[in-house]
Amino acid sequence: MKNSEIWVAFYTILVREIRRFTRIWPQTLLPPAITMTLYFAIFGNLIGDRIGEMGGFSYMQYIVPGLIMMSVITNSYSNVSSSFFSAKFQHSVQELLVSPTPNWVILMGYTLGGVARGLCVGLIVTVLSLFFTHLALESLFLTILVVCLTAIMFSLGGFVNAIYARSFDDVSIVPTFILTPLTYLGGVFYSIDLLPDFWQSVSLLNPVLYMVNAFRYGILGVSDINVYWALVIVCVFIVVLFGFGLRLLNQGKGIRS
Amino acid sequence: MTYAIEISDLKKRYDSGFEALKGIDLKVEKGDFFALLGPNGAGKSTTIGILCSLVNKTSGKVSIFGTDIDKDFAKAKKYLGVVPQEFNFNVFETVFNVVVTQAGFYGISRSLAEERAEKYLKQLDLWDKRNDQSRMLSGGMKRRLMIARALIHEPEVLILDEPTAGVDIELRRSMWEFIKKLNEQGTTIILTTHYLEEAEQLCRNIAIINAGQIVENTSVKALLKTLNQETFILDLDTSLPNGWALPGFSVLVSKDASTIEVEVIKGQSINAIFQALDAISVNVVSMRNKSNRLEELFVKLIKG
Repeated sequence: MKNSEIWVAFYTILVREIRRFTRIWPQTLLPPAITMTLYFAIFGNLIGDRIGEMGGFSYMQYIVPGLIMMSVITNSYSNVSSSFFSAKFQHSVQELLVSPTPNWVILMGYTLGGVARGLCVGLIVTVLSLFFTHLALESLFLTILVVCLTAIMFSLGGFVNAIYARSFDDVSIVPTFILTPLTYLGGVFYSIDLLPDFWQSVSLLNPVLYMVNAFRYGILGVSDINVYWALVIVCVFIVVLFGFGLRLLNQGKGIRS
Repeated sequence: MTYAIEISDLKKRYDSGFEALKGIDLKVEKGDFFALLGPNGAGKSTTIGILCSLVNKTSGKVSIFGTDIDKDFAKAKKYLGVVPQEFNFNVFETVFNVVVTQAGFYGISRSLAEERAEKYLKQLDLWDKRNDQSRMLSGGMKRRLMIARALIHEPEVLILDEPTAGVDIELRRSMWEFIKKLNEQGTTIILTTHYLEEAEQLCRNIAIINAGQIVENTSVKALLKTLNQETFILDLDTSLPNGWALPGFSVLVSKDASTIEVEVIKGQSINAIFQALDAISVNVVSMRNKSNRLEELFVKLIKG
């Protein structure tokens, strides 16, 4: 395919993905808005006032970056896993497979579709958080960089999940039993300084901790870990997941007989 | 000579160990109307799946318009349009979007895609339904939508896998008229079907595949010539007299003696039947084959 044709194919996949999640907005955009509003109201306002300060900020301000990041992670992941698995399930993925679209374009199209939803939800949650607290912005560049890289990484993770999934249960297992615990234990609601040494060391094995803290640093200027180290980890994950996802596509794993 | 499709020693063994293709060779000429026939599980869909990259081959060579799929599958895919047996579009997309989106996957610009979508949706009587979700269409409309989608990049070869399965007679006829026109305009057509009369009426060349092997590959005309025996059913205007016989023919007379089944062996003249009936002043009202001629050959070849 010529470069211009590749661009059209990529753009087509991306637009289709965006059209999909905006068409079903009550399932994709509304639930995180409601859930996060409840988090802000209950954890931030009601309980947060009793907790006091954390990292030099009010508890509400402290958890907002983590909750935004949690929404981005969950939504970018689930967008790709559910969209690609649905395409497999109703065989519409064959529309792409019979076409000359290169596999790396398919992977990038779906990934960017997941990123679009992650950022869209992230923006909605950010706007909602402003009704509850004031947010300073330490570094706009770092904030955007971290949120984009994180959305890319989890979109790629969702794609790999969808490739292996054989049923809708398989699509929900990873978010329920792996992603949610990692996110909750990834410093969204607390600083790991509060943990005993042993659990601090264990927490450092959790990749979500690095993303949440790097994002929090971009907004509040405080972090439990080295931000540059966090960026390196995310980039390594992206490269590995992209390579792995592309390999699976080239092999036709789960999509070709 | 460059063929539309050229397959040599194509083998496919699935992970389960099932050998779906045992080294088939096949050539389809440009502009041909070609039938690939075979019983269920014979290897038709596997062959088509390999051609359009839904199935990975185990070994062998496949070229589409001279392009080896192992060397440049992307180029080879551009020559092909595929209408699969099962509906495989996003049922929540509108009819128009299903077709235009497919064009995008081939790198066709949005404006050209919309132009072609209008052309093919109109030709296939789906233009009025363009804004409907595709899940709302009837079975026949869904089939036509898949044809429009397969044509959106104007392929040189159109592969139709059981396109008329479950489609009513009127729609089937109009669908074949459309496909015939495409063929007349130069598109190579490859079809699989269970309706053998369709293959007999439409196709010029034919391959019969059984248990992963090609058991016959010739022109429909040449194949029909090999038929040694045909059974004709004749409806008569009056009942035959008791004990009537037709020397040299095997005849089965119905209960009311007004319909007969006559087996005609190759070389025998049908005129003899008419002369014998004329001699007793019985007229033939209508005459037809008991079964499709191709069907008889098909069954014979499959049984081996």
